[in-house]
Amino acid sequence: MKLTAPLTFGLIACILLVSAPHAEHLPLWVSTVCAALLAWRAYLTWGGYPMPARWLLLSVTVACVFAIAITFRTLFGREVGVALLILLATLKLLELKAVRDAAVLVYLSCFIIITNFFYSQSIPTALYMLLTLLVIMATWVHMQTGALAFKPRLRIAVVLLLQAIPLSLIIFVLFPRVQGPLWGMPQDAYATSGLSDTMSPGSMSKLSLSDAVAFRATFVGRTPLREQMYWRGPVLWDYDGLTWTRGHNATLRRPALTDTTQLVDYTVTLEPHNKRWLFVLDMPAKLSISAELAPDFQLLSMAPVNARTRYTANSFLSYRANLEEQPQQLQRALALPQGYNPQTRQLAAEWRAQSASPEALVRTVITYFNRQGFEYTLEPPLLGLNGVDEFLFGTKKGFCEHYAGSFVVLMRAAGIPARVVTGYQGGEYNELGDYYIIRQADAHAWAEVWLRERGWVRVDPTAAISPERIQSGLSSALPDNAALPFLGRNPPEWLRGLRLNWDALANQWNQWVLGYNTERQFAFLTRMGMEDITWQKMALNMLAGIALLVGVFTLLMLRRLAARKTDAVQTVWLKVCRRLEKAGLPRAAHEGPMDYATRIAAVHPDLAEDIHDIAARYASLRYGGEAEQDGLAAFKDAVRAFKL
Amino acid sequence: MNPALTKVIAQTEQVILGKPRQIRLALTCLLARGHLLIEDLPGVGKTTLAHVLAKTLGLQFQRIQFTSDMLPADILGVSIYQRDSGEFKFHAGPIFAQMILADEVNRATPKTQSALLEAMEEHQVTSEGETRPLPTPFFVIATQNPTNQIGTFPLPESQLDRFLMRIQLGYPDAQAERGLLAGIERRDLIAELKPQMETAELMALQLQVRQVLVSPALLDYVQAILRHTRESARFVHGLSPRAGLSLLAAARAWALLDGRNAAIPEDIQAVLPGVASHRLQSVQDVHTSDGDKLARELIEAVAIP
Repeated sequence: MKLTAPLTFGLIACILLVSAPHAEHLPLWVSTVCAALLAWRAYLTWGGYPMPARWLLLSVTVACVFAIAITFRTLFGREVGVALLILLATLKLLELKAVRDAAVLVYLSCFIIITNFFYSQSIPTALYMLLTLLVIMATWVHMQTGALAFKPRLRIAVVLLLQAIPLSLIIFVLFPRVQGPLWGMPQDAYATSGLSDTMSPGSMSKLSLSDAVAFRATFVGRTPLREQMYWRGPVLWDYDGLTWTRGHNATLRRPALTDTTQLVDYTVTLEPHNKRWLFVLDMPAKLSISAELAPDFQLLSMAPVNARTRYTANSFLSYRANLEEQPQQLQRALALPQGYNPQTRQLAAEWRAQSASPEALVRTVITYFNRQGFEYTLEPPLLGLNGVDEFLFGTKKGFCEHYAGSFVVLMRAAGIPARVVTGYQGGEYNELGDYYIIRQADAHAWAEVWLRERGWVRVDPTAAISPERIQSGLSSALPDNAALPFLGRNPPEWLRGLRLNWDALANQWNQWVLGYNTERQFAFLTRMGMEDITWQKMALNMLAGIALLVGVFTLLMLRRLAARKTDAVQTVWLKVCRRLEKAGLPRAAHEGPMDYATRIAAVHPDLAEDIHDIAARYASLRYGGEAEQDGLAAFKDAVRAFKL
Repeated sequence: MNPALTKVIAQTEQVILGKPRQIRLALTCLLARGHLLIEDLPGVGKTTLAHVLAKTLGLQFQRIQFTSDMLPADILGVSIYQRDSGEFKFHAGPIFAQMILADEVNRATPKTQSALLEAMEEHQVTSEGETRPLPTPFFVIATQNPTNQIGTFPLPESQLDRFLMRIQLGYPDAQAERGLLAGIERRDLIAELKPQMETAELMALQLQVRQVLVSPALLDYVQAILRHTRESARFVHGLSPRAGLSLLAAARAWALLDGRNAAIPEDIQAVLPGVASHRLQSVQDVHTSDGDKLARELIEAVAIP
């Protein structure tokens, strides 16, 4: 097989298809250089021009490697590796000389396919890669078969891929898993956005512009009301006048829940966000994976969540939390930075004097928020040094972080222990998969105050200003022209259906393909009837399955071959041909028996009579309709008597 | 071989010098009840070949010279009003003969060409609502100038398919040309030719061709060839099932000419250039494809199963 122009175009298509998705995250110059090199190669092939000189290629290669080293400041690591791989594969196209180089490129393309899964493991990526693999296979078939037209080539590639499906299924199901993500790289920065453990004006409203899924939750048994769904994340204690942070808990005592009722049981599939917090409903009672329960009821996993994590949890919707709080913790819940927000402090002091009890004071503040013309908006005006003062008495426009923050400041100034809790609120119900999707746009902040006899009580000041936000979600709480994420708006019904369908599919994919870890594998195999699962047993089963499949395929192929070979006349004739071939007179595949005999007779006049006789007998048996029982024996005798 | 056929071949070779293969192919075509298209430059002996064959086989001969102003009625015939009887009487056109030489068929307009080709296909002529059968045997040799010459309407592919074979005569070699130049005028030679075969005998031979055996192994080979033309990237389209049938019919006739009653792969290979060359088009050079070269390539690409 020669390196023809169509084959070269096939190889260009392979490299283009596998490297195209990388353009999104590679440096712009790498993508540009690759595109230029591919275009150059296509131009050379199209015009039939000679290849670039060796020195030119060498200098381009060296320059590229240098440029990569400068851009990344290293030559090691994933990003650099991918960039180098793609650049060099593209350059390899420019020094295609033999079919061997084409083979290298085909295998290289297969390898680059894998690198794409470093960045995305979604269904579209998988489908795209399958298509790419098909093109690569077709190119490979082209390389092997030469003159075959495009359609039969594609058919062979499709058949090969289809045959590979049962094999890969067996390996997928039975291959012993290691704990950890599919591409176990601890420093993987999957998530670009997510809830952080600090809160300042603007941090929540920024998150609410993101459609990205934070986690999905499935309820077992009863489902809480939407306004009860407060997914608890980082609890923020310390305030420096601008930013809320978690600070350090002053105690190691486990928090205590009493008078608990309204148990809910649910499963959460958390998207990786590279932080330690796990999200559970207020207040958590039980968790299926090992995690640390902080004294403020925040759940922290043992390591940053850098792979999709699945856990089941129990929560009580009605509770009394930490009736006996540590004095040091109460001290923290009252601290305020000195010298900020004098107006707020004054107002709080006035209210404290007027109120009969802390409960009455809380009610007063909530009423204040409700009555004094506060507005719920994604685009609040900027605030200065005394942010809470400006907000409460000036702008009166804010998002949840403004309300939660200023509420806690008011409470603390009035002598009631209070803290900010961040997390998510609500979620979108997917009827198809019967689960809730909680997106970054559902990020929320609320407050908790500590009251004697009642412990920590949740107060959500946002609910006082905009009850719609809590009851039906962000999109209904904001004016129509607010800058919401596209999917956050109320989309038409068909689009909503499509989107929920898609998410249900993605959820299954996450659960069963990407999330198919040791536990799932064990559960699945047990359900399939396997007992006492060990990895040796799985490996054995896998090998047996593969052997069985390969055996079946081989049998089918042999049967097809056998149908061709059973012809006794043909067998004898092929024997003669082989003997003549050894004597240096091979029969061309398209050469008929008579022509062959004539050619041999011309070279060996002494054999002329015998070979003509044999050829005539063969032709008569195979083409002349002579019955085998009549002529086969004589034909065999003639062949046996034939001496070279 | 049939002694009469031997004599036919011998006599034809006396007039047409140095072209034994083409003569055999023309006879093959006739025995397989197909029609023949000869494509070559003027003056290489197309007309002479047709004339000699007709004479030697004892067939009624008609020559139709195609021109660009020719109408279908000029070939098929017309009904003319008879004043004395008061009726229309059909005057048969030149197509009512056993052997037709359609000379320079690509100089006529497509309409006239179709009239001829329909008659060829159906062995009958329908004119003014009345269908008249053509004589048997009915054999058309059409000649065609190379299509890049001025004033031609090249035959479309669908009509080329009506011809069982297309052959080229080519220049004679030096020895044959010498004989041609030194010998007597061909016209005089033809006038002296005597029929070597009865029409009934020819028709019996045509029937005999159909009896020539084609084994399953040979069908495998034909199918392999057809499949290759369809799957290979070398050709614009593959060969049609009709081309496959034509290939078999021609191979049977070739086998009979060779004195055998069963067809072998060599027969297929012998007739393949004639049968396939006008039905195949190379992908690379659509306009100037050498059909014979393509057919030889095809033979070499397909292994005999």
